Amino acid sequence: MKFLRDTWLVFQRQMLLLLRNPVWVAVGITQPLFYLLLFAPLMTKALGQGQPVSNVTAYKIFVPGMLVMVALFQAFSGFGLIAELRAGVIERSRVTPVSRVALLLGRSMRDVVSLLFQAVLVTVLATAFGLRVGVVDAILAYLLLALMTLMLSSMGYALGLALKSEDALAPMLNTLIQPIMLLSGILLPLYLAPIWLQRVADFNPFSWAVKGVRSTFAGAPGDPSVWKALVIFIPLTMLTVFVSSRAFAKSVR
Amino acid sequence: MIIETTGLRKSFVSRAGREKKTVEAVRGVDLQVAEGEIFGFLGPNGAGKTTTLRMLCTLIEPDGGEATIAGVSLRKNPGEVRKVIGYVAQGGSTWDDSTAREELVLHARMYGISKVEAHRRAAEALDAFQLAEYADRKCKTYSGGQRRRVDIALGIIHQPKVVFLDEPTTGLDPQSRAHMWEEVRKLREMGMTVFLTTHYLDEADALCDRLAIMDHGLIVAEGTPAELKQEVLGDVVLVTLPSNNVAAAAELLDTADYVKKLETSEESVRLYVEDGAAAIPPVLRALDAAKLSLNSIELHRPSLDDVFLAKTGRSLRES
Repeated sequence: MKFLRDTWLVFQRQMLLLLRNPVWVAVGITQPLFYLLLFAPLMTKALGQGQPVSNVTAYKIFVPGMLVMVALFQAFSGFGLIAELRAGVIERSRVTPVSRVALLLGRSMRDVVSLLFQAVLVTVLATAFGLRVGVVDAILAYLLLALMTLMLSSMGYALGLALKSEDALAPMLNTLIQPIMLLSGILLPLYLAPIWLQRVADFNPFSWAVKGVRSTFAGAPGDPSVWKALVIFIPLTMLTVFVSSRAFAKSVR
Repeated sequence: MIIETTGLRKSFVSRAGREKKTVEAVRGVDLQVAEGEIFGFLGPNGAGKTTTLRMLCTLIEPDGGEATIAGVSLRKNPGEVRKVIGYVAQGGSTWDDSTAREELVLHARMYGISKVEAHRRAAEALDAFQLAEYADRKCKTYSGGQRRRVDIALGIIHQPKVVFLDEPTTGLDPQSRAHMWEEVRKLREMGMTVFLTTHYLDEADALCDRLAIMDHGLIVAEGTPAELKQEVLGDVVLVTLPSNNVAAAAELLDTADYVKKLETSEESVRLYVEDGAAAIPPVLRALDAAKLSLNSIELHRPSLDDVFLAKTGRSLRES
């Protein structure tokens, strides 16, 4: 009970501050929008390998990848936390009896909510380009995205707490996120890749995530890729949340 | 005793390049703080004051030793300790885009206080700290002194038994500093025990009922400011004279039986004596007899800096 109340407390505060500074909405969707406008049109020809596929087909493949990419950006959550560390807000919370898990989850849930808002916005914008997707399918996709966000933002917070400096965090995240992104088939599906690359990508949880989200958008929520993604991400997320809330409990010098 | 510690220790591993170095920040601190007093922790930067304070506030775990706060064991039950203590950090604790009221309400609620009660207490605290006027403005618009008052209000919103203040006046202008002293005294009047760190001698002297002097991770002296000054030194007679006379004067006065201790600097001889007024005539006579001219002779009651000097071998102002 206390843990739920505390999480709600932290979440409320974070949401309030987020809504007070709505620039994030613009920042969050600018990049996906650029991809939709300037990159997706290449897909119609690239995917058909010479024979152009329809816009509908192309966007069904491209938009899910786009959404996972937006989720991946949530790993940058640590930057906000370092600012809070510097302001003394984290330390102030840590001298109170507030639940340590709540300090993490309240923040991560804020990230999940803002991610979902961006994901819906991107989906709606993509319909203008010809994307069609069923509501139930989309909801299942959003569930997967929420899970990923919870994991990534928790990881981001743990990294922020460990490194305590933006200068250390930025290169760390870039070297971490870039291979994850390239090896997940976000921009082009991995079936276009040579076999060795596909096998390497099999070790990347996010390649499974992208497959899962693509299946839901293709109107096949029963596809094995969907439950496989869930099976991979549920324990992974739980583990990350556990490790990360330990970081909030542990001494921060 | 509301705070009692025995042998509290903490070391950190610092890394310089490939080399690992263990820094013993606190090397065994024994402390007793009585309920309702303002207890000061005086020492130069890096003496281990803040580390000790952060251990007592449950922010870092001690490597060894024991401590109880209001009867609760720090090591065994940090969660309970958190309920009875308040902490005001050195670097501030407010978020730029929040208002003082929001911060106070949130902080109260983190202690499990209900929403209605949290709002009531926030309003009360805003009045008490003359912040009502700015209560709903963002913290980034506040002056340094206002922001520091919000920090203190946050630290006591849950009516703790002990408040820890880490360098409460560092970086404040003289006027805000005087105000802050008043605020700290008010906390004591409200029945709280105040534990503060400072590296200002005058602050320790004027504000604290009792204090401990810390250096290199150890407590080197403890007592009321008056006791400390008495215990070590008695009075100080400071004789300034032309530099070529210093050595001769020192040699002459060092043998006098009323001089307990003597120190020289470039242009002065510092004499520690039991009774300063009684010592001045014989000093003058001795110097006159030896035909050593002097520039001035001063008598002063020892300051805490003298205490610090006597205990650590160096001046706090230099370290």
